[in-house]
Amino acid sequence: MTRFVDLTLNGISTGAIYAAVALALVIIWRSTRIVNFAQGGMLMITTFIASALISSGASYWLAFVVALLSGFVLGGLVERLLMRRVEGKPPLNAVIVTFGLLILLEAVAGMIWGNTPRSFPPAFSIRGYSVGGTRLLFAPNDTFIVLVVLGSAALLALLFRRTTLGLRMRASAFAPEVARLLGVRVGGMLTLGWALASLMGSLAGVLVAPSVFVGPNQFDPILVFGFTAAVMGGLDSPAGAVVGGLLLGLALSYVGGYEGSALVTLAALVILLLVLMVRPQGLFSTPRERRV
Amino acid sequence: MSATLLQVEGLVTEYGPVRAVDGVDLSVSEGAVTAVLGANGAGKTTLLRTISGLVRPRSGTVELEGRSLKGLAVERIVRLGVAHVPEGRGVITELTTEENLALGGLWRGRGAMPVEEVYELFPPLRERRRQPAGSLSGGERQMLSIGRALVARPRVLLLDEPSLGLAPLVSREIMELVRRMAAERSVAVLLVEQNARSALAVADRGVVLNLGRIVAEGDASDLIADEDLRRAYLGF
Repeated sequence: MTRFVDLTLNGISTGAIYAAVALALVIIWRSTRIVNFAQGGMLMITTFIASALISSGASYWLAFVVALLSGFVLGGLVERLLMRRVEGKPPLNAVIVTFGLLILLEAVAGMIWGNTPRSFPPAFSIRGYSVGGTRLLFAPNDTFIVLVVLGSAALLALLFRRTTLGLRMRASAFAPEVARLLGVRVGGMLTLGWALASLMGSLAGVLVAPSVFVGPNQFDPILVFGFTAAVMGGLDSPAGAVVGGLLLGLALSYVGGYEGSALVTLAALVILLLVLMVRPQGLFSTPRERRV
Repeated sequence: MSATLLQVEGLVTEYGPVRAVDGVDLSVSEGAVTAVLGANGAGKTTLLRTISGLVRPRSGTVELEGRSLKGLAVERIVRLGVAHVPEGRGVITELTTEENLALGGLWRGRGAMPVEEVYELFPPLRERRRQPAGSLSGGERQMLSIGRALVARPRVLLLDEPSLGLAPLVSREIMELVRRMAAERSVAVLLVEQNARSALAVADRGVVLNLGRIVAEGDASDLIADEDLRRAYLGF
């Protein structure tokens, strides 16, 4: 029983991180119909920046904030300089550009920081809470992870739902041409969307770094898990991304705990295949056709 | 004669080898409605899309109050006071009625028309304010698109087939409203219609397009009276 509780709590914590990556992918998919495969590389770069700051003596929180801000800037730059050229072109162009960027970023990181993974400190203690003499597999740092991801998701939801900026962003995503005819600077909204998405990705990077270490290829699995979570949630729904992330976290935690951690990545791919075969529109998307 | 707001001269727009608009000249004055008539494929929609900047002309000029719109981005042209209500799919179906309306006036800031005024013009929209625009009927959607354009208090209103697919009664109401809008708010209206009879009933002037060229123009009443023209191009 304790084991089940442990695995559940652990699943929620890792699931929150998958949810953050899934959100990063969903925000971009919604606005540009592009799956940003470079997200894993982008969050790797910003986590490296945080890691470099910490080794040069900066505080964890300064590094944390710089990672998020550099994620925001990097996302905006990638949209402006690269993706703008393939938006509205055949989807394969965007796929190849994002994959190319992923490979490029991983190579550049290896050249600058080397290929040996390095450790990364957690924000808070990773000694589990003790309840009635037993120590749980859930620590203050996990509480922080869950709260900060859910908090950021809630802030994003507020931004999209309750502000005029969010209204402009949604309009640009749903109907770019009509939005332009209403005076919305759609290009700016797309850049902002990429910047916000990349910020969420960088958040996930910093949060997951203590357990996967920082290296050019250390974040590849996170991208796969985040993508699976996004597909589970329907790829189009931010709420679905969060729920998908948590569900995937739980599922993988049970698989890892009961069947062995070697099966975790395999399980994620099986889940991805099952969702795509059985319910390709995702578990939570409310199918709304666009009618003319 | 009141001031000319919109002046189009020698406008040519091509899609690849196809010349959709072929040397069109027209002008619309403050408070007046000019109807652009013609069959499918006559170039009416392309004319509007060129004026609002969605398509770039091959040659020719579009001027708003003497100011050239050449090379300006769509959103810049909108902010100069040109509102384009596109054909059919103008509403953003995923947003609610109220969100659609709010969006129309965002760039105007405080200068925007209160959404409440749109509800007074189109009472059916008030009951649907919280519903996604995708759930509205065709007539309600058309009201929403026009209302949303008015929120920004435009100087020039480009209307593309506002009566398309609407019941005759609703269509007539919308046409009446277009005429009132133009007169009361001194908006210059360029009204594109296939339904020539109902468009000419509210227009001051009309131009008839065929294969991208103007084949006839004149006062609306003269065009209605011209039997040959009606039979050749307008089909009624």
